[in-house]
Formats: sequence, structure tokens, C-alpha cells
Amino acid sequence: MSGCCRYIPGVVTLRMDPHRCGGCGMCAQVCPHGVFVVEGGTARIADRDACMECGACALNCSSGAIEVEQGVGCARAIIHGWITGGPPSCDCGGDGGSTCC
Amino acid sequence: MRSCGPETCGSGAASTEGAGQGELPGYRRWHFVSGFLETPIGPVPVVKTSLERPDRIGAALVRLGVGRGRYRVAPGLYAVGAPGPESPVLVTANYKLSFDSLRKELAGLNAWILVLDTAGVNVWCAAGKKTFGTMELARRVAACGLTEVVTHRRLVVPQLGAPGVAAHEVKRLCGFRVVFGPVRAADIPAFLQAGMKATPAMRRVEFPALDRVAVGLVEFANERRTMLWVALALFALAGAGEGVFSLKRAWLGLWTGFAAYMLGFVGGNVLCPLALPWLPGRSFALKGAVAGLAAGAGAWAFAPNPLAGVGLWLGAVAAASWYGMNFTGSSTYTSPTGVEKEMRAAIPVQAAALAVALVLWRLGVGGVS
Repeated sequence: MSGCCRYIPGVVTLRMDPHRCGGCGMCAQVCPHGVFVVEGGTARIADRDACMECGACALNCSSGAIEVEQGVGCARAIIHGWITGGPPSCDCGGDGGSTCC
Repeated sequence: MRSCGPETCGSGAASTEGAGQGELPGYRRWHFVSGFLETPIGPVPVVKTSLERPDRIGAALVRLGVGRGRYRVAPGLYAVGAPGPESPVLVTANYKLSFDSLRKELAGLNAWILVLDTAGVNVWCAAGKKTFGTMELARRVAACGLTEVVTHRRLVVPQLGAPGVAAHEVKRLCGFRVVFGPVRAADIPAFLQAGMKATPAMRRVEFPALDRVAVGLVEFANERRTMLWVALALFALAGAGEGVFSLKRAWLGLWTGFAAYMLGFVGGNVLCPLALPWLPGRSFALKGAVAGLAAGAGAWAFAPNPLAGVGLWLGAVAAASWYGMNFTGSSTYTSPTGVEKEMRAAIPVQAAALAVALVLWRLGVGGVS
């Protein structure tokens, strides 16, 4: 995202072990913010601060080289988590409930 | 029973022409179904690729928060055009808005649409909750007998479904290879044309001004209940005091306080999204506060006196900061770790600002013995 929309730097939980990378490039493919680049048969994190911790890369890394605490970057969900003592959740998506994110 | 298209007994395709065509006893055919296609698994509904009045009305209503939890299509297999065994299978969620935004981009194409049961939630959000997920996808492929319908073994899953769908797991579970398609449905024709190759631009999520404002406006519907509570609280706070309760004072407090709250609301939910790239800082709470500083200045137009004016202005800033912070949930790029960090810093400041604002406004309204 050029110009528009860079978020708080230096906070995300994204970690990658280059030694375990098989170089399939799936992480670069699924990332909506261009965090990864694949060069010379391995992926590397090129823009960590662009990560929104959606977890797509880690889930689709068949060699388990990527770790990230997946979640939704949503204040309302985090407040809900604080109140209920459970994980952040927007308390929606259940049957009959609201369908916010 | 297969949760996939009409059953053979009394099936749509077999019924007579004219009104009621394609209907089962007790079931009504959706307006977006133009007919039925005979397949090895039975008749599959063929959907139109243009949106019609009911689609537009439905879309408008859900954006106003009406019936959003029930705005769904049945999970299962659908057809577009005249697909055959070689035609691509496009996967989507059963939120009707998602389904509609996919089918309207498929004019002139022959394809299958596999709708997953995401409890009426869009692809990206459902993927985060794993309802648009590996298990549901593999289960739905089996339930629909997809192996009997197509000869290839490929599923085009929207890229934003990737937080819920592990491609290698899907392959292991049902034998189908997941190809992650473009972020936007509008790019699907080009993606298919290019032999299922997405350009880097197709893989990026943007957050253009129009989208920002559109999702911000939804808050007007979402926050109706909060608005009511704010109005009641302002009325009670202003009315109570000298003479036990003054209706005249309560009214003054209500309309000035609520007008300032709405200035903050507009600051946080309209101005902040619109000016997002240009507002200072990275924190949404800060961006919201700055937007509220601008929008809240409007309170001087109706402030009964300077004391109340400062309170109203500060209150609008606090409200705008709060709503700006909540806009993180609508944005396409905020990380939960970052959001939590900014919340821990912002909420105490917002609470303090609100408390000071209320005191100043209440003193300004008068009648405090």
C-alpha cells in the first residue's frame, strides 16, 4: 500500500524460520499485503510492518516455517475479549446473530 | 440427504413451464435462478449474472443493518452459463452479498459456484473464524459429489479465504487442489483468461476512499442503540440538579450534548475514514481525535456559553477518537497486536477527556447547586 495506510510499526507477531522454508511461495501468494518475497528458492519477510496477522501464510505453509498469532485487528473484538475473558471475538457470525467481522 | 441443490423427486428441472417453474412443494425459487442444469448429481440451479431489484434492495437493507444475519443463500453447488466437466469451480460464502458480488462478475463465463456454509458471513471474516475453512470446504466438496460433476480437481478459492483454508490440507482431505484466486471478484475473468494466474495487483488488498466511507457509514445503523443510551444519559444528567429536575434544562442539555456527540460520530465514522491517509499518526484513536477536533469545532455554533462550548468540543473529540479506534475493525490493514497496543494507550485518555467534557458541559448548562 503506497502512501495510504501503514499501521503501527514493530508490533506484529509474525516470525519465519528460513531454514524450514521449502520455497513453495504459498505465503507470498496468499498475503494480501505483500509481506513476503520469494528469492532464490526461499521466502523471506520483506515488509513485516505491513502484516495484519490474518494468519493466511502460516496456515498455508506446509513446512510449518511461519508463525503468527492470528486474530482480527478490531477494537470491538478486543473489548469483547477483555470483557468475557476469552479470546478476541466480535461475538458474531453465529446463527441468527449479526454478521459483522 | 445432500445439502447440495434440489433433490430429484419433484425437482426443479422436471416441473412445468411458466409461473412456479423450478419450484418444489413448499419451496420457492430464488429470483436469481434462471433455470436448472441436469448433471450427474441432479439438477443444479443456474444463476443470473446481473443483479436485479431485489438484490439491490436487499443490499441496501443489510447496509442499514436490516436482516443482515439472515441474508443468506443455501450452501451447495450452483451453475453460471452452461458449465461442463472442465469448467472451473469458484468457491464463495453463503452471505448473499458475497454470492451476488461474485455472480455479477461472471457474465459470459461457464463456471460452477460452490457455496460454503459460513453462517451468512462474508469470505474474509468467515475465514478468520474458520467457518470458511478447510473442513467445511472438504465436507462440501464431498456432500455435493463434485467429483461426479467435474473431471478436473481444482478449486478456485478467493485469496481472502486463505486465513481459513489450508490448501495442502484440502488436497489431502478431498483430493482437490486449491488455487487461490484474486482478492476482488471483478478480477476473476482476467484471472481465468490468464490460465488461473493472478497478477501481483490482484493479490493486494487496498482500502480506497469509497470503501472507507461506505464501511464507515454502516456505523450509523450499528450504533442506533448507543445513540439512544447517549440521549437518555444526557437528558438525565442535564435535568438533574437545582429544583430536583428541570425539563427545560434537560432539553437544552439533550440537544446540545447530542449534537456534539453526533459531530464526534461524524468525525470518527465519516471524516476519519475519508481522510485516513492524511490524518497524522498511525493510531486510529489519534486520527479520530484529530478528525473530532475539526468536526467538534462546529459545537461553537450552538454552545449556550463558552464553558459548555469547551465541554461539547472536548466531548466530540473523545467520541470521534473512540469511533476512529473502532474503525480499525472495518479497515483492511490493522494487526490485532497493534490495535491492542493503541487501545491500551487511548482508552484512559478517552475516558478522562469524556469525564472532563461532561463536567464542563454540565456546568455550562447550569442549575448545579
